[in-house]
Amino acid sequence: MKTVKIGLGTCGISAGGEKVYRAFQDELKDHPDAFVLKETGCIGMCYREVLVEVSNGNGTAHMYGEVTPERVGRIIDEDILGGATIDEWLVSGEDREVGFFDRQQRIVLRNCGIIDPGSIDEYIDMGGYRAARRALTQMKPEEVIDEVVTSGLRGRGGGGFPTGTKWKFTRQAPGDKKYIICNADEGDPGAFMDRSILEGDPSAVLEGMIIAGYAIGADEAYIYCRAEYPKAIARLRQAIAQARKNGFLGNRVFGTEFNFNIKIKEGAGAFVCGEETALIASIEGKRGMPRFRPPFPAQSGLWGKPTNINNVETYANVPWIILNGGEAYAKYGTEDSKGTKVFAMAGKVKRTGLVEVPMGVTINEIIFDVCGGIIDDKKFKAVQMGGPSGGCIPASMCDIQIDYQQINRTGAIMGSGGLVVMDETTCMVDVAKFFLTFTQAESCGKCTFCRIGTKRMLEILERITAGEGTMEDLDNLDELSEQIRAASLCGLGQTAPNPVLTTLKYFREEYETHIKEKKCPAHVCSTLLTYTINEKCTGCTVCKTACPTDAIFGEKKTVHMIDQNKCIKCGKCFTVCRFDAVVKD
Amino acid sequence: MAEQTTDKFKPFNVDLWKYDGQAGALIPLLQSAQDTYGYISEKAIDYISHVTGIPSADIYGVVTFYAQFRTKPLGKYVIKVCNGTACHVNGAKGIADTINDELNIDYDETSDEGAFSLLSVACIGCCSLAPVIVINDETYGRLTPAKLRKILRSYKQKVKKEAQTATDQG
Repeated sequence: MKTVKIGLGTCGISAGGEKVYRAFQDELKDHPDAFVLKETGCIGMCYREVLVEVSNGNGTAHMYGEVTPERVGRIIDEDILGGATIDEWLVSGEDREVGFFDRQQRIVLRNCGIIDPGSIDEYIDMGGYRAARRALTQMKPEEVIDEVVTSGLRGRGGGGFPTGTKWKFTRQAPGDKKYIICNADEGDPGAFMDRSILEGDPSAVLEGMIIAGYAIGADEAYIYCRAEYPKAIARLRQAIAQARKNGFLGNRVFGTEFNFNIKIKEGAGAFVCGEETALIASIEGKRGMPRFRPPFPAQSGLWGKPTNINNVETYANVPWIILNGGEAYAKYGTEDSKGTKVFAMAGKVKRTGLVEVPMGVTINEIIFDVCGGIIDDKKFKAVQMGGPSGGCIPASMCDIQIDYQQINRTGAIMGSGGLVVMDETTCMVDVAKFFLTFTQAESCGKCTFCRIGTKRMLEILERITAGEGTMEDLDNLDELSEQIRAASLCGLGQTAPNPVLTTLKYFREEYETHIKEKKCPAHVCSTLLTYTINEKCTGCTVCKTACPTDAIFGEKKTVHMIDQNKCIKCGKCFTVCRFDAVVKD
Repeated sequence: MAEQTTDKFKPFNVDLWKYDGQAGALIPLLQSAQDTYGYISEKAIDYISHVTGIPSADIYGVVTFYAQFRTKPLGKYVIKVCNGTACHVNGAKGIADTINDELNIDYDETSDEGAFSLLSVACIGCCSLAPVIVINDETYGRLTPAKLRKILRSYKQKVKKEAQTATDQG
């Protein structure tokens, strides 16, 4: 029997996946014996959503991209019933887009887009919970920790602290009551790795947490998940209930003396809660503000007890490591960074979506070999790594390897895995302003330099992008950056200047063009642009009415013009035009 | 109806609450309050204070710290503009400007007649469709100001029709 599998991660749903699913459901009423309908998580090729995979029951499968409800009828008639693939809609199966998966090494995403995340049986069929069983019934806690140490796994949330060492500290901390926390408060704009893992393979994260709990001697765990991820939360609840039914959670896990329970805490929308001490405060029901470390959570964390915090991707690696051995994991990667890393590809790249590559590949390889290069083959300018805490790496340096040290040397950070690709139409000053606006708004306000310093920096950037900057502003940015970095308690403040510092370092001339020539080379900063009206204008007079300074003239039903002397570059004409006739240059 | 709930505050649905005196329950309590009423009123804060013994001022501090909590009700149609990095570099600002111009509301504002609310959200996960907005549960992608204006006008029509039916019936 044929199987139809539809990608229903958030990316698939946003693109209309549920409507496609319902269309197949309707068809199923007419042809109940023709196929089995299933859903799965994010397949990774978000750029071709909605994705529908048809398996023939003999091991072969092919996938259709950009499926709409209207296309379902033809898929049923020609493919499911007729047995002929519809070549023009294919994304994979024969020789299409193989490059996307060729260079990838899927450890964390091993089940994403393959299994139905709502079914623990499918997870078990793929080898799920074998690692936890082995750890609990055949290994001592110290042996589990040693295996993780051997693997060289480092925290995938951004910090990159060695996971095995962290577990060891928490295990050795005195006290009977210990906690495990999974940080699923993924907040970087442009990052969606953790969400896709939770939606596509929630049980892998739970299994990693069970193993961690056993290793450090904790019996209680929390998953702190963003409330903005309703689908991920629903998936987790389902997976926890099923695990409990199977005896993988609760009392006497796998028939051993080990008890383990996992609770979900929904975050309430504060970026700073990704910082571990702020996250703990938030679970305790308080304002999520970081505190001074030490003591580290490994000594004194949730309710003052030793607590181990890792992020989603870190835990998802653990079952694979226990099952295949730390050495197998350490075979991937570089001297300093082992294993694989998941990246959320976004921005001006042809194939946006989720990729998992071994450490040690170069940034260029990810962008050009895996993701097909830049949209419209424009000129590649830079990548932004690490979100608001990271920085921009110019195209000329993108032959460096994915490796914690090498990336840190550029001034960016590995971060949690958001990789935003920028082309010649992206203004680097504007990007710096974008991230600083974000950190400014999300600063919890505890440390003066973070609260006020980022505000002053933002004001400077606003002046520069408005054409009112001075060269002295650039020195002030440097100085403020150093002060904020030195005088902030937590990672948010310490890293907030990074986007500004890296763009200043690699794209200083772009700042200077804004200041000296009052021009935005990428045509982004609206006050530095010239607006004109082209022949698409129908003379509808809407822009003329909207213009606050009466700079637009022209008779009704004739092409309008803009008086550049009167124009204040507010961009209103551009946004009101219904005919795309206003151009900015 | 809104007046009724604020004037005479009905206690929350007990099933939703499940408050068992455990520490750390404040945020889940506030979340269920918001789920039930759409926002967190002063009465809700007082009620939670009464149940938990946490001073109202502390609860207010928590409410205002987190972006999720609202102290005012939302409009009938909630427009979320994605301001993730991909949408930003693909022109999310122009999208917000267009909404601002067409509906006369800014971020975190609700239009006078309570029809539309405008919110800014970080990545909603369909970066390939950038720039993107979500109106209630419907996603609109690959927007241009012209395309967006058409969508907004269709919603305005809808609001008008609904108001008309309401007056006809009432």
